[in-house]
Amino acid sequence: MAGLKDATAVVGIGQTDFARRLGEPEKTLACRAILAALDDAGIAPGEVDALASYTMEETDEVEVAKAVGFGDLTFFSKVGFGGGGSCATVAHLAAAVATGQATVGVAWRSRKRGSGPRPWRNTAVQLPTPAQWTRPFGLLRPVDEIGMLARRYMHEHGATRDHLFNVALACRNRANQNPAAIMYERPLTREMYMSSRWISEPLCLFDNCLETDGALACVVVSAERARDCRHRPVYVHSAAQGLPAQHHGMVNYWNDDPLTGPAWTAARHLWKHADLAPDDVDVAQIYDAFTPLVLLSLEGYGFCGRGEGGAFTEGGAVEIGGRLPGNTAGGGLSEAYVHGFNLINEGVRQLRGTGTAQIPGAATCLVTAGEGVPTSALLLRN
Amino acid sequence: MADDLLSPVRDEDGAPFWEYAAHGELRVQACADCGEPRFPPRPCCPDCGSFASEWRPTSGKGRIWSYVVAHPPLLAAYAARAPYNVVVVVELAEAPHIRLVGNLVSGRDAPVNSVPGDRIRIGARVQAVFDGDGMPRWVLERS
Repeated sequence: MAGLKDATAVVGIGQTDFARRLGEPEKTLACRAILAALDDAGIAPGEVDALASYTMEETDEVEVAKAVGFGDLTFFSKVGFGGGGSCATVAHLAAAVATGQATVGVAWRSRKRGSGPRPWRNTAVQLPTPAQWTRPFGLLRPVDEIGMLARRYMHEHGATRDHLFNVALACRNRANQNPAAIMYERPLTREMYMSSRWISEPLCLFDNCLETDGALACVVVSAERARDCRHRPVYVHSAAQGLPAQHHGMVNYWNDDPLTGPAWTAARHLWKHADLAPDDVDVAQIYDAFTPLVLLSLEGYGFCGRGEGGAFTEGGAVEIGGRLPGNTAGGGLSEAYVHGFNLINEGVRQLRGTGTAQIPGAATCLVTAGEGVPTSALLLRN
Repeated sequence: MADDLLSPVRDEDGAPFWEYAAHGELRVQACADCGEPRFPPRPCCPDCGSFASEWRPTSGKGRIWSYVVAHPPLLAAYAARAPYNVVVVVELAEAPHIRLVGNLVSGRDAPVNSVPGDRIRIGARVQAVFDGDGMPRWVLERS
């Protein structure tokens, strides 16, 4: 059976500056990132015939296509569930290209979350289910919803705030090496972490991602075409989405085991279709809207056993030189929070050998989307 | 009004829960054929496919499964009460996989910030009570 394995590659990446506030509108930022990615690939906009994006994206296909001068589009998809859809954009483009529905695909994310409104403040547009069961009682924000799972996780498995700090610190250390990162010149210490203000106990300020304006894009073509592009191809080795049976989104409180989420489902499919196992992963970009999501993802994607995510982070395991260096550009916690798309671009840079905190000889990279919501993941190789 | 907490935005499946709550009853939806309770309410049974359902009374007893203590930034009405104790998730005695989000309060009509966060522990036994608005709240069971 012809499958997705290594059939397509990411050949172009582009991004704008990241900042708390950028002057240009989201549409302009989207255009800049997309044109930068196409230029990086050496492909003209008129050759693009496929698009993929994910929800909470304000710039639609019609606006983007006419602004940057795309050709006739024969494939376009929009994946649900916000940050859970980041990797699925590349997966959908890979599927479209591998099956002949399109030849050049662009995925993008443009977001003014830094200067724009916080989505949870909108009380008019709330999902009737499950919001009716949570929001009236003050479970208002994603940080509250994930904080609830984090408290239970810490209770069941003996994880501590130091484990959460390990995640925050690794991201910050990598951001300190990345001039494009918002936290480039701002080191984090344990004392800063432990004395910072609470947002939703047990989660403090530094357990939360940044609030960022910015846009990113990448370009996907067939493996054959990739060999003619400007940079070393980064192959889509395996890709998966995951919506587990009886899952309830970020308020996943109503099933037998709320602490095993979408990552487990995506991982089973991802590894089943890969020639690689977790031990073969050289570097990982793990979705980090909140620090506890990284512990859950380490378990879900098979880097450690159930309940071992906290302990896994000990001894610098997710730092450079550790068992699994992670979020090497700083992640959502310290580079930029653009709903995880920056994790995709950093995965590509690592496999090109051009990361600002480059893992020597990195040949395989796992990129994940948001855990705690219907999710997606990519296994990239060079 | 900025001072008001949010009211539940009911959907058709969930409406009976709130109607029973308005009468001081904590009921959960259960399949009328295979008997399996489910939450949140939905049109048919994920176990047997039946569209027949009933609203089963509960004892209102449960245990705290987890909790958070929310601090600003929050919606104005909630920020005014922050750190409002504790949003708890309570697993019901009769159906442990049904976990209801709510507030732990010191008494039936006490405000949402009436129990300090350091009084809470996972596993504590709680009992549902209903305030004048028909919103379920939770109080610690006295031994």
